[in-house]
Amino acid sequence: MQLRINGEMKEFARLATVAELVQALEIGGKRIAVELNGEIVPRSQHAVMALADGDELEIVVAVGGG
Amino acid sequence: MQDQLVIAGKAYNSRLLVGTGKYRDFEQTAQALDASGCDIVTVAIRRVNLGQNAGEPNLLDFLPRNRYTLLPNTAGCYSAEDAIRTLRLARELLDDHRLVKLEVLGDSGNLFPNVKETLKAAEVLVAEGFDVMVYTSDDPIIARELEQIGCCAIMPLASLIGSGMGILNPWNLKLIIEQSSVPVLVDAGVGTASDAAIAMELGCDGVLMNTAIAAAGNPVLMAHAMKLAVEAGRAAYCAERMPKRFYSAVPSSPSEGVISSRKP
Repeated sequence: MQLRINGEMKEFARLATVAELVQALEIGGKRIAVELNGEIVPRSQHAVMALADGDELEIVVAVGGG
Repeated sequence: MQDQLVIAGKAYNSRLLVGTGKYRDFEQTAQALDASGCDIVTVAIRRVNLGQNAGEPNLLDFLPRNRYTLLPNTAGCYSAEDAIRTLRLARELLDDHRLVKLEVLGDSGNLFPNVKETLKAAEVLVAEGFDVMVYTSDDPIIARELEQIGCCAIMPLASLIGSGMGILNPWNLKLIIEQSSVPVLVDAGVGTASDAAIAMELGCDGVLMNTAIAAAGNPVLMAHAMKLAVEAGRAAYCAERMPKRFYSAVPSSPSEGVISSRKP
């Protein structure tokens, strides 16, 4: 399946949920926030929010800034 | 009772707010924040680097949550839509965190705020329950509109972001301070300790800075200087300075009893 993550198209073997994607990207240890097709996915929903081919995701972290 | 800064119903001991960008590393960030005595620290929200070490240090690990109130910003956003999306992500990232810094930029060269987009974003964010501290120009009319929308703090620039040019228009700042019933903080432009003191002497409720500390030769020492400057400026403001007497000197010592009888 293809997903656009942080503006880049990426190819994955079938991923069922946001939680599976987070695991596949190896960012499970980070404090992140996820937006799926323009809507926030609360952390509590990662394990159940289904992904579909062509979905667009933004995954962010906190960084230094003023 | 201590002289505290109250923002959106919460009291803070320090009137200095500090950014976390541009330090050498996270250790230096933590040391500078500690030296500044600040309670509120800004963070930016950015796309996670994919394919990066999972063990890479994270800024949040260096900012004890029980010590600092985080203030996620929308730096780098050029539209209301991007700013709103960024802060919704920040709220999720920081566990339903409501206190945010809204800034919508209008020009990548001078980083002046786009006040039209800022007003639009502020309306939506306030309606969604965010406590919005808003970066804006030093235009008192826009500042008033932002307050009427419900922003919990007005943060006019003193000069361009990261410029260190200091307080360029104290008169506009004074107009904003005098008309506002929410806290007014100088955000952007402070270069050194005297700038921070001047802002506080004008009657600002606080000062937010990043580059002035991070880009100093010794950021930790400058953070300490800024702490003292903000405290000194605030104390001087509260103490109500003497009136200026133009072209008219008044001696501090008694005029009577001088041993010489000669007068000029």
